[in-house]
Amino acid sequence: MRMLINVPETVVADALRGMAAAHPELTVDVENRLIIRRDAPVAGMVGLVSGGGSGHEPLHGGFVGPGMLSAACPGEVFTSPVPDQMARAAAAVDSGEGVLFIVKNYTGDVLNFDMAVELAEDEGVRLAKVLVDDDVAVTDSLFTAGRRGTGATLFVEKIAGAAAEAGAPLERVEAIARQVNESSRSFGVALSAVTTPAKGTPTFDLPAGELELGIGIHGEPGRERRPMMTSREIADFVVNAVLEDRRPAGPVLVLVNGMGATPLLELYGFNAEVQRTLTERGVAVARTLVGNYVTSLDMAGCSVTLCQVDEELLRLWDAPVQTAALRWGR
Amino acid sequence: MLDADFFRRWLSSCAVLVDREAEWLTELDSAIGDADHGSNLQRGFAAVTAVLEKESPNAPGAVLMLAGRQLISSVGGASGPLYGTLLRRTGKALGDVAEVTPAQLAEALRMGVAAVAQLGGAKAGDKTMLDALEPAVAALGDTTDSFAAARDAAEQGALATVPMQAHKGRASYLGERSIGHQDPGATSSALIVAALAEAVA
Repeated sequence: MRMLINVPETVVADALRGMAAAHPELTVDVENRLIIRRDAPVAGMVGLVSGGGSGHEPLHGGFVGPGMLSAACPGEVFTSPVPDQMARAAAAVDSGEGVLFIVKNYTGDVLNFDMAVELAEDEGVRLAKVLVDDDVAVTDSLFTAGRRGTGATLFVEKIAGAAAEAGAPLERVEAIARQVNESSRSFGVALSAVTTPAKGTPTFDLPAGELELGIGIHGEPGRERRPMMTSREIADFVVNAVLEDRRPAGPVLVLVNGMGATPLLELYGFNAEVQRTLTERGVAVARTLVGNYVTSLDMAGCSVTLCQVDEELLRLWDAPVQTAALRWGR
Repeated sequence: MLDADFFRRWLSSCAVLVDREAEWLTELDSAIGDADHGSNLQRGFAAVTAVLEKESPNAPGAVLMLAGRQLISSVGGASGPLYGTLLRRTGKALGDVAEVTPAQLAEALRMGVAAVAQLGGAKAGDKTMLDALEPAVAALGDTTDSFAAARDAAEQGALATVPMQAHKGRASYLGERSIGHQDPGATSSALIVAALAEAVA
């Protein structure tokens, strides 16, 4: 496997140095692995901190900036960051109004963020935490680690970020983040396995002519394997899986997300099929975002996230945002 | 009696074993996880070795507490907090005495393993590190001879995870597809227990 890297051990630090060079509007601390809004802490504003394993770019570092995250903590590839990072980030962005941790529901992320909550509270920071768990491919039961956090993370970070930017207090920002998560569902499909820099070979074996349904974003295999399907068939399957779990009672935001190695040409074609099947099923679409946002290194494939929105959430979604990966308004 | 030097030997032995078996751990992890268990623990135990060289605490409890804190600060993932908690809780239970008996270590390790179970919310049979750690601490007795028995119990415990279906952690997403693979966490736990037996040899 050919990769555009020096050595596997330095991929995260190298990317952070490159990010610092490309984005003078961000404070990038390569040693402590933090990406922070340059103007943080912003007086009167709740701080939003997220983080997770690297390999999902632009999540989370690409979403740091006015209208979205205050800081992001990148871990090693597919490995949650360590508590010291989140505690440091919380201290850096806290204006006195408190800090919200946005945590994707994976065992490692939850444990490390929980330890960070203790560390930061010891430093006098008021903290709240919201778990993102939108992936319907995982049965949420006592016999699993619970649903994974995937595409809904973007919706939670954008919408809660807009609320924080508008001056909402910590309890309100937390409630909005929770509402967005509860209103969101996702399902993902892989057309190829992922290769991590450390391993150098694909993490699972996906024979030609087959696809993997219900995958996560860490190269973990999915729940089911089938012969290759068309874009139309995949859209029907994926949207059906999402709607079976939660039938929206109002208009939705749609994220048609690429896993990293699927060209935009294919993603837009796939979006046409997603929109068709949503129309056929009577689901009204308020806004659509197509692109590679919550990725899994070099995996080919896609995920669909639907988030039911009311007027307030839609207004917050439309509010200005200025980050490396998402920017509109102003 | 076991002094601080013994615990330093245990931890450096952990680093050597994890180094040697890193590729295997990663291979196991790629089948039912995300292919990073080996490299994560390598980084963690290298950091432990480095910090113990820099600071040399002279009590067994302090050595383990420092090592545990270092794992939490350097590993990430679930294994960082879980192994970090194992060492910190065990170290805390040993107190600040200069030497401990094997029986005291066995008792402290049982508390450490209980803390891991509580933090991770897992129990025996869930296909996790507990499936190696619990039989290991059950096999520990009043003498250092029991360390070899603990090593064997941990190895058998790790092997016994093959037919289990994972109920915790990333492997649980696979449902029945997690059956037939040895759990990487139980495997690394067996290495840590094996290192204990090596430190006494």
